[in-house]
Amino acid sequence: MKIFVVGLNHKVADVEVREKLAFNGPKLEEGLLRFRELPEIREAIILSTCNRVELYANVTDPAQASVSVRTFLSEFHGIQRNSLEHSLYIYDDIDAVRHIFRVASSLDSMVVGEPQILGQLKDAFDLALSKKTTGILLNKLMKKAISVAKRVRTETKIAENAVSISFAAVELAKKIFTDLSKRVFMLLGAGEMAELAAKHLISSGVREVLVSNRTFERACELAEEFHGRPVKFEEFIQEMVRTDIVICSTGAPHYILTKSQMQKVMKERKQRQVFLIDISVPRNIDPAINELDNVYLYNVDDLQGVVDANMFERQKEAEKAENIIAEEIMTFLKWLVSLDSVPTIVALREKAEEVRKEELERLFHKIEGIGEKEKEAIEYMATAIMNKLIHPPTAALKEDSENKDILVATIKRLYGIEEEKNGD
Amino acid sequence: MGVILFELALTLYFAATIISITELFKESRITARITIAAAVIGFVIHTASIVSRYLTAGHLPITNPHEATSFFSWCIVLIFFILQTRYKIGLLPSFIMPIVFILMLISSMLSREVKPLTPVLQSYWLGIHTVFAFLGNAAFAMAFGIGCMYLVQEHYVKSKQLGGLFGRLPSLQTLDEVNYRLISFGIPLFTLAIITGAFWAETAWGRFWNWDPRETWSLITWFIYAIILHARLVLGWRGKRAAILSMIGFLTIMIAFFGIKLLQKGLHVFL
Repeated sequence: MKIFVVGLNHKVADVEVREKLAFNGPKLEEGLLRFRELPEIREAIILSTCNRVELYANVTDPAQASVSVRTFLSEFHGIQRNSLEHSLYIYDDIDAVRHIFRVASSLDSMVVGEPQILGQLKDAFDLALSKKTTGILLNKLMKKAISVAKRVRTETKIAENAVSISFAAVELAKKIFTDLSKRVFMLLGAGEMAELAAKHLISSGVREVLVSNRTFERACELAEEFHGRPVKFEEFIQEMVRTDIVICSTGAPHYILTKSQMQKVMKERKQRQVFLIDISVPRNIDPAINELDNVYLYNVDDLQGVVDANMFERQKEAEKAENIIAEEIMTFLKWLVSLDSVPTIVALREKAEEVRKEELERLFHKIEGIGEKEKEAIEYMATAIMNKLIHPPTAALKEDSENKDILVATIKRLYGIEEEKNGD
Repeated sequence: MGVILFELALTLYFAATIISITELFKESRITARITIAAAVIGFVIHTASIVSRYLTAGHLPITNPHEATSFFSWCIVLIFFILQTRYKIGLLPSFIMPIVFILMLISSMLSREVKPLTPVLQSYWLGIHTVFAFLGNAAFAMAFGIGCMYLVQEHYVKSKQLGGLFGRLPSLQTLDEVNYRLISFGIPLFTLAIITGAFWAETAWGRFWNWDPRETWSLITWFIYAIILHARLVLGWRGKRAAILSMIGFLTIMIAFFGIKLLQKGLHVFL
């Protein structure tokens, strides 16, 4: 039994290639069943997301499987095999286990620590379970990968701290205001990034949304989209007296909010805290406003700085996660090794049983007039002797040992066990 | 017995202080729980030590500097527990337990001799006046700790350096509101302490107000906190300004509490 992974991700292939190889919608189920039918594949799972397409398998022969899977992918997606050669990566054994654990823990993702990949992996596993394309090995591997991912999330801070500008804005807002559901939010202008940040803030549950734009019609459109109220551009400063969070991106080439204007606003709002986010380039809010008490002004570079710092923190946490994964790989490999010895244990037991039966038959044939009671006693004794003799090698095979391969080979040689039976 | 209990409480507060300070450098659920456990056990033992001293002396044990300082720290821990139950403010123990421990340490260095009450102190006003004063001061001490936390968090947000304690400190608004509520809670108690003190002075010395240094400093303290509330309601002085003012207010309390004692003058010399 060999664990085998073949696939590509955002690091090795650009989006055009990933699109071509993606198993979308009904293609996923069809692809999974056809992948499982390949002669070298005993168990199969396909993970297909926007950033990666990966095929996980339990194979009999990795080298042969590698050839078959490439052929399968090129035929299934109708692309030339040559074009895949430079994009695909292939892992087997410990490298495959490590890769799957890293994928599940989001260490291999474009944004390290992003939570979606675990859900996608679970979906892929669920589909495989429902189509019965997995068995003992991949079931155990997937369950382990999910538990490893959860452990990584619990024991490290890999998923903490926002790593996008819009989420950084929401996170900051939460550190200024206790409860966003009591806050009034204003979107000033209609830049794309500002709209995205606004969507995140609104989904965090602000109480009221105001939208102001130079073109009032556009303000009305956006206000309708966000279930807010449009505000005439000339009136946005008055509205700021009751606004707590402002995202500004107007495209104006100058400051539309000056320090003296903000001072007046603050006086009117009795110095209640205000969070201003200026995403415009060139900036639309005078940076000197940040000097005012209870006013917190962030521009796009400040937010990018926050994102970069958070990314750096995540990278540090990723190192801790790698250690957890290394630990978990060892646990999984021990289980895998114990699985390897199962056929030998079964064969040893069958061999002993065979010898016991043969010898008993021979004995009962030789002794004439033997009664049932005596036969039972002799059978009982023979079974007891057999069990006692095979107990030590069986126990040794069940134990975790670094030299398990040598032990299996030795026992096979000593007891004359020729063929292993399939253990799964 | 009382001495042993006091020393035990001091030791536990010391442990809570050290662990809560390590919390500032390394976040851990276990150490956070140990801090609270040490503070709770310390508080129970501290209460027992106060009760034991009450039984020994036959009156409320707040009639000398050792007792007063110990009772003050007891009130701070009490308010700390109330506050944590209501708001669950992250890292609050790191900012409060050092104050508690320093007060207890000062208390431990002062004379623990139980003396008979002077005629002035043999009054029912003793309990009423001092309990109001200490609870009010404890609320102000807590506002001091919260004010420190506000300034730290505000520094992070304003300077856009969001490392360190930023993630673990509460929002600016929470800290500002808690600070305001503590002062709003402390002011009426402190006012009652001044009023009951005036009545006591009248029965003891025949005058409501004697311009004794401690009385004067208490009045200064009262004015500072009254200004904080007034400025907040009328001028909107909140956030950083309120935090700084609450810290200045607590410093005047400390001057009134310990500074005046050094001068050994005035009618409040027993404290």
